[in-house]
Amino acid sequence: MNPPRLIPFETRQPRNEIAPSPLSIRGLTVAYDDKPAVWDLDYDAPDRGLIAVIGPNGAGKSTMIKAMLGLVPTLAGDVRVFGSTLRQARRRIAYIPQRTSVDWDFPASAEDVVAMGLYGEIGWCRPVRRRHREAARSYLDRVGMADFAGRQIGQLSGGQQQRVFLARALAQKADLYLMDEPFAGVDAATERAIVNVMREVRDAGATVLCVHHDLQTVADYFDHALILNVHAIAHGAVDDVLTEELLQRAYGGRLAETEIRAIAGSA
Amino acid sequence: MPGELFSILTFQGGYNTSVVLAGVIALGIGGGVIGVFSFLRKRALISDAISHATLPGIAIAFLIGIALGGTGRNLALLMAGAATTGALGVLCVQWIRDYTRLPEDAAIGTVLSVFFGLGIVLLSHIQTLQAAGQAGLNSFLLGSTAALTAGEAQLIGGASLVAILIALLLLKEFGAVAFDEGFAAAQGWRVTRIDLAMIGLLLAIVAIGLKTVGLVLIIALVIIPPASARFWTERLGRLVALSGTFGGLAGWLGGSLSALLPDMPAGAVIVLAAAAIFTISLLFAPRRGVIAWGIRRLRMRVRAASVRGLLAMADGYLPPDGLSYRVVRWRGYIDGDARITESGRTAASEMRRQDRLWQTYRTRHPEAALSFNPLTGTRIEDVLPADIVATLEAPSR
Repeated sequence: MNPPRLIPFETRQPRNEIAPSPLSIRGLTVAYDDKPAVWDLDYDAPDRGLIAVIGPNGAGKSTMIKAMLGLVPTLAGDVRVFGSTLRQARRRIAYIPQRTSVDWDFPASAEDVVAMGLYGEIGWCRPVRRRHREAARSYLDRVGMADFAGRQIGQLSGGQQQRVFLARALAQKADLYLMDEPFAGVDAATERAIVNVMREVRDAGATVLCVHHDLQTVADYFDHALILNVHAIAHGAVDDVLTEELLQRAYGGRLAETEIRAIAGSA
Repeated sequence: MPGELFSILTFQGGYNTSVVLAGVIALGIGGGVIGVFSFLRKRALISDAISHATLPGIAIAFLIGIALGGTGRNLALLMAGAATTGALGVLCVQWIRDYTRLPEDAAIGTVLSVFFGLGIVLLSHIQTLQAAGQAGLNSFLLGSTAALTAGEAQLIGGASLVAILIALLLLKEFGAVAFDEGFAAAQGWRVTRIDLAMIGLLLAIVAIGLKTVGLVLIIALVIIPPASARFWTERLGRLVALSGTFGGLAGWLGGSLSALLPDMPAGAVIVLAAAAIFTISLLFAPRRGVIAWGIRRLRMRVRAASVRGLLAMADGYLPPDGLSYRVVRWRGYIDGDARITESGRTAASEMRRQDRLWQTYRTRHPEAALSFNPLTGTRIEDVLPADIVATLEAPSR
């Protein structure tokens, strides 16, 4: 008896071609030297979702975002954004890198940095004009930073710097927001500003994918979650995913049993 | 001699001298403008790798020139040779950085010395040839304005202006990549290409400046002006303008001096002029300068000491340390007999009140308090509206 004919791999997890996901990842694999960082990740982000990417340190959360954007070399994988290739969909994506990834002693004001979010719209070799500056100030206003437009960015507090990044992302008027630990080391006012902005853009039709480190607040701030530990452990609605069993699988001994139970109970 | 220097400085030192001076000024402006980007990208040393890697190219171009039957002293040919091996040097640095785990500084040091060594070997070989014009090659090491013809100076000036123009067109892009590489790449920009454009401009400045400033010192022309300018401003546009001005100024002063003293290597004189600008900036810049910083620091210490002393006195203690004692004594808050004076009593109770209000504000509005520079001794009435202060004065509910 002949073995059955092999069928095309794409049929393993077919993409929804009619209503393409804001972010559809297939087989994303990244390694640093010989150490796997993200392994064979399949994921379809729900439309208009507020999605938390959670997982222990070194689980590949930031790497996943960077790899999706082509910022780190991948071994394999195919990423579609609203059904298009990354190259076609760049203008629909806003990326907020980790705040600590840049040197804030850079000769620029808060307004200058926010204006960078408009560079795609302004175009190459063209100057930033007054209307762009005014637009930048209006985005600063939306994150409660209107009074700091002219301040050199190094003189802002950590939370204020994060809000400048947030305003820059808003200026991109994107449909998919990718945020890398925006809540890390910020004050309560900034935390509220970020949550408000995430909800605003979601209500306006955008999707937000956010690397998040604080398990206590996942259920409050997000409606979906992707649990990652090199492999995808689980994804879905927050209530379905934040279970004792799945958290145990992702975090193992790194979280105390009581802690896991408390978080699972909160969802 | 001062009269002669003045006439050179004011472009009255003869046609040739004036054209050469104009060329050197344009070169200085170009170095200053383009240097800003590698400076902000924290890759200032790459220009040192470029400049040293040009030497073998110069030697090879000279040999080719002789083989073609010329004197080998054609500046355009020598510049092309310099640019070729300079680019090769950069590519080596990039390759080592990208495909090994060595950091860029190690790659730069390696490439720089190897290319320079190769260049010196070739240069020594040329000296044994006794070919015409070989003597001029030495000016590529330390620079010379005396050997420049008006035509060469026009070439240098024109090429500098083109490089400046390109740099200004890409100002916005260079700035974004230097500040946040990841963000630029996420927007779909080819960061490596923008970096290459930046390095290409550096290469151009190095190649056109070689004969004037010399390859050993040309790095100063792209590092010192932006480093000096950074002391004075927090805005990118102004940084570029100022850095170009400083570069031009160094070229103007250094170029004039070296026209007056043709035995001095021009490169060294220009670098010393730039160093003078750097020193002035470092010392006297209003916010980032060393003196301003020292004064701020001192005032802060005195302010903190005064607060410390007054708070201690409000509780009936002596100021806790020597400095705070001296400050309150000097202000007449305490007499020589360790007794609090009338004005001291007022100041101490006011300081106690301020301290209590600030603490209340910080507990009730922790986020808002963050946006105030926690300057010790800032009066709360000066920064907060009266109605808020009034609510702080009221006993907590």
